[in-house]
Amino acid sequence: MRYLPKSPADRGAMLESIGVGSIDDLFAPIPAEYRLTRDLKVPRQMAEAEIVDWFRERSRENGDNYAATFLGAGAYYHYRPVLIDALVSRGEFFTAYTPYQAEVSQGTLQAIFEFQTMISELTGMEVANASMYDGSTAATEAVMMAARLSQRRSVVVARSVHPEYREVLSTYATHQGMSLLTLPYSESGRLDLKELERAITQETACVLIQSPNFLGTIEDVGAVAELAHRQGALLVVSIAEAVSLGILEPPRQADIVALEVQSLGVPLGFGGPYCGVIATRQQYVRQMPGRLVGQTTDRNGKRGFVLTLATREQHIRREKATSNICTNQALMALMATIFMTIYGKQGLAELAKQNLAKAAYAAEQFGKHAKVLFPGAPRFHEFVVQTGEDPHAINNRLLGHKIVGGLPLKKFYPELGNAALWCCTEMTTRTAIDTAAGFISESERSGKSAPETDVEEVAR
Amino acid sequence: MKHPTRKATRHVSQNEGLLFEKSSPGKMAWKLPPLDVPEVDTKRLLGDSQRTALGQLPEVSEIEIIRHFTRLSTWNYAIDLGMYPLGSCTMKYNPRVNEVVARLEGLANGHPYQPEKVSQGALRILKTLSECLLEITGMDAITLQPAAGAQGELTGLLMVRAHHQTKGDPRKKILIPDSAHGTNPATAATVGYAVENLKSNAQGMVDVSALSAQMNQEVAALMLTNPNTLGVFEQEIHKIADIMHAKGGLLYMDGANMNALVGKVRPGDFGVDLMHLNLHKTFSTPHGGGGPGSGPVAVKQFLEPFLPWPVVITKADGTLGLDYNRPRSVGRVRAFYGNFGMFVRALAYIFANGPDGLRQTTEDAVLNANYIRKGLEGAYDLPYPTPSMHEVVFSDKLQAKKGVRTMDIAKRLIDYGFHPYTTAFPLIVPGALMIEPSESEPREELDLFIEAMRSIAEEVEEDPEMVLSAPHTTRVSRLDEVTAARNPVLRWKPQG
Repeated sequence: MRYLPKSPADRGAMLESIGVGSIDDLFAPIPAEYRLTRDLKVPRQMAEAEIVDWFRERSRENGDNYAATFLGAGAYYHYRPVLIDALVSRGEFFTAYTPYQAEVSQGTLQAIFEFQTMISELTGMEVANASMYDGSTAATEAVMMAARLSQRRSVVVARSVHPEYREVLSTYATHQGMSLLTLPYSESGRLDLKELERAITQETACVLIQSPNFLGTIEDVGAVAELAHRQGALLVVSIAEAVSLGILEPPRQADIVALEVQSLGVPLGFGGPYCGVIATRQQYVRQMPGRLVGQTTDRNGKRGFVLTLATREQHIRREKATSNICTNQALMALMATIFMTIYGKQGLAELAKQNLAKAAYAAEQFGKHAKVLFPGAPRFHEFVVQTGEDPHAINNRLLGHKIVGGLPLKKFYPELGNAALWCCTEMTTRTAIDTAAGFISESERSGKSAPETDVEEVAR
Repeated sequence: MKHPTRKATRHVSQNEGLLFEKSSPGKMAWKLPPLDVPEVDTKRLLGDSQRTALGQLPEVSEIEIIRHFTRLSTWNYAIDLGMYPLGSCTMKYNPRVNEVVARLEGLANGHPYQPEKVSQGALRILKTLSECLLEITGMDAITLQPAAGAQGELTGLLMVRAHHQTKGDPRKKILIPDSAHGTNPATAATVGYAVENLKSNAQGMVDVSALSAQMNQEVAALMLTNPNTLGVFEQEIHKIADIMHAKGGLLYMDGANMNALVGKVRPGDFGVDLMHLNLHKTFSTPHGGGGPGSGPVAVKQFLEPFLPWPVVITKADGTLGLDYNRPRSVGRVRAFYGNFGMFVRALAYIFANGPDGLRQTTEDAVLNANYIRKGLEGAYDLPYPTPSMHEVVFSDKLQAKKGVRTMDIAKRLIDYGFHPYTTAFPLIVPGALMIEPSESEPREELDLFIEAMRSIAEEVEEDPEMVLSAPHTTRVSRLDEVTAARNPVLRWKPQG
C-alpha cells in the first residue's frame, strides 16, 4: 500500500523489538469473538489513475459543463482568484494541526489574527472569532450566546432568515429550553416591524434577522435594533452573502453578527465545507463560542500570537463551556483571508457593485415579462420572480441550454405560488441573463401552467 | 543539546509583519472584467443601505500576497515536514490525489441546490462513502451531515433523546468516563442532559462494577471512546454493552480512535448502538490548521428514523435523490448536506487502500505505537501497563522530580524537529504525555523520535533549565498566554 512507509523487513524487526511473535498478538486485547476474520467489503485497492477516473466520471455527472447558474440562496458562485489554491495548497497550511503549540504554529495564528481583523472591519463589529462550521451554525450559536448574555430564553426569528438556518436553530433550541417565535415578512419583503413590536417582550433574549434576507431584501437593521433594544433584547444579524458587505452598510446596530464567508473564495463544493464566523462587541467576548487568537509577546518581547480565552471552551470547561464546538474552519478562513486581501478595500467595493448591477439588469429584464416581488425595499443580488408557470418547468427548459435557473420557493414559501429566487453575481453574463429572460417571456406569453407531476423536483 | 539532533537544524525564517502594515492606498491585486450590463446608481438603488467606507481592509499587490502567506506558512510545523505524535488526533498523511479530485470542476463548483438530475455524481459519492463507512463500522444507517466530531456527538445524542422520548421515557443523564474528551460532556450539556462521571479502574478501563452501580433508568446513554484515550481497548466491552442495554440505555461510541480498529473489528459487532467518525482523523482528510472536520454518525437500524434530514435514497428509476420527508427525524444540524469536500477526500482514501490497505494501515498504526512504547520504557513513567493499541500514554512523574513537566518536555521536543505530543490529557493521568504516531511514520522517523525523547530525559537529569526554557530554535520563544487572556488583543488597530 503506497501510503505506508514500511517494508516487510521493517515490520518484522519492529515486532521483534517489541517482543511479540506476530501483529495479531498486538490485537489480543480485542476479544476473539469480535475480531474480523474476513476482508471488509469495500472496493478493491485502486491505482491513482483509477481514482482520478472514478471521480472525473462523478464530476461529469454533476454538471461540470454548465454555462451559467442563477442559484444563490446561501451558496454563491463567485470567481476564486488562483492565488487562493496556490497558497492553501502549501502543505505547511493544509497539513498542519490546530495551533495549540504556538511556537510552531505562528503562520496559522497570524493568518487567523488577520482574518479576525478583516471580519471585524467588514461587519463593523469590534471583535470576531476564528470561525465556526458555517453560517447556519454560526447564527444558531449566536442566538444561544445572546440567550446567555441576556439571561432570557425566548427568541424572535424573522421568517425571511434562510429556512435551513432556521431548521438548525430549531434543532439546537429544542433542548436548550428556548422558545422560537417566527415573524412574517411584510409586503416589502422585510421583517414586519408592526408584528415585531408586538412580539418583543421583556422575556425576549434576541431578535434574529438575516440581511440581505433569504428573499433578497435588505432589512432595516436600525429600526429592528431600536425595537429590540427598547425591551432589553439583543439583535443578532445573520449574513449569508459576505460579498454584499462590500457595498452595503454593515449592521453596526447589531449586538452579534453571524456571517457565512463562503462567498469570499470558498468553493461551492455541493454545500461544504463552508466557514461561519461570529463577530460582536468587545464587552461580549467572554460569552463568544469558538476559538480566538490573541496577540501577545514572547520572553524576549517579540510579537507573537496564541489561542486565547480558552476558559470558554470545551477542552477546559467541559460541560460548562460556551459551546461544544472544538474545530474552527481554519483552512476556509484562510481562503477568505486571502480573498479579502486580494480585493482589498477598493476591489471588494467594485466587486459588490458589479453584483448589484448584474442583478439590477436581470430584475429589469425579467420584470418586463413576469412579476418581480418586493419592489419596495432595496436588494443586493438576489430577487424573487413570480411566474404563471411552475418555475420547475421553466428551469427544466433552461437546463437544456446548460443554464441552471433560480431556486423554486414553493417548498419554503408556498404562499408565494410560482415564485423562484434568482441570483446574479459577477460571473453571470448578460447573455445568460437575456437567455433566461427569453425563456420567462416565452413561458408567460404562452400562458403555460404545466401540471406539477410532469416536472422534476428541481429544488429539494 | 547533549547529542546533536539528527533531524532538525535551524533554517531561514524570514520576518513578516501584518498585512495591514504593508497596505498602501492604490496598490491592488485584482482586476474585474468590464461590466457587460449598464452601470447602476448605487445611491439610488440602496439609499441609506449604501456603504461609504470599507474600513481597514488592506491594499497590497499580488507578489506581496504570495510572499506574505508563503512566509507565514514557513512558520508552521506540518505533517509534510515530519511526525506529529499528537494523541487522539491521528495526524496521518494527507494524500495529494484527494486534493486533486476534490477540486474537479463538477464537484468543487457543484451548487447544493442544483437539480437532482445534474447532482447524480455528488449523490453517488455520498452513497458510496456511506456504504463504505457502514461496512467499516458494522452499523446499519448513517448521516454525513455533521460538520465535525463534536457536532457528530451532538447529532448522536439528539438521536438518543429522540429514541427515549419515542418510548415515552425521557431520560436525564449521560454517563461519561473520566478519561473522555472535553467535547463529550460539553455536548451532553448542549442537548440538555446532566453529565455523570464514571471512574476508570486500575487498568485504565471502565470499572464495570461501578458502571453496574451507576446504571439506572435515568441514564440515557454511555459515551465511550474505544480504544479509550489511554489507547486501551475496553476488553469488557460486551459486559458494558449488556449492562447498558439491560436497563434500556444506549451505548454511544466516540470514534476518535477508530484508526486502531478499521478492518480488524467493527463497533457494530461489539454492541455499539451509535457512533461518530472523524473523517479528518481516521480517513486522512487534512486538519487544515484547525478545520474543516467532518463527523458522520452511524447507527443501528432502530435509530434510523431519527437521522437528520435529508437522507440519500435510490428512486424508482434507479437515480439517486434526497428524502426530506422524515417525520421522526431529529431535524437538521447544519445547512445543506455536510462537508462534502471532505467526503470526496475520505472516499478517495478508502479507494486507495482497499480492504487490504485499510487493515494494514490499522496494523501499522498499532505497531508504531507499541514500538514507541517499547522504545521509551524506562525513560518515562508508564502509569497504566495495560496493552496499548494505536497510542500510548506516559506521565512526567520521573521528570517532575527535577521540576520539569510534560509541557516543558513537549516544548523541548520542538528543538529536535518534532511537533509536541498531546500534553496533560487524559485528565486521569497527571502530567500525561499522550503519543499517537499513526501509520504514516517510517521506522527511521520513529527511531529519531525515540532518540529525541530519551535525549530529553537525559537533559532533564543533567540540565533541566535547558528543557524548562525550551524551545530554543523557534521564531518566538514561549509566549505569554496569561497576558493574552487578561488583556485580549484580538485584532489589529492602526497606530495613534
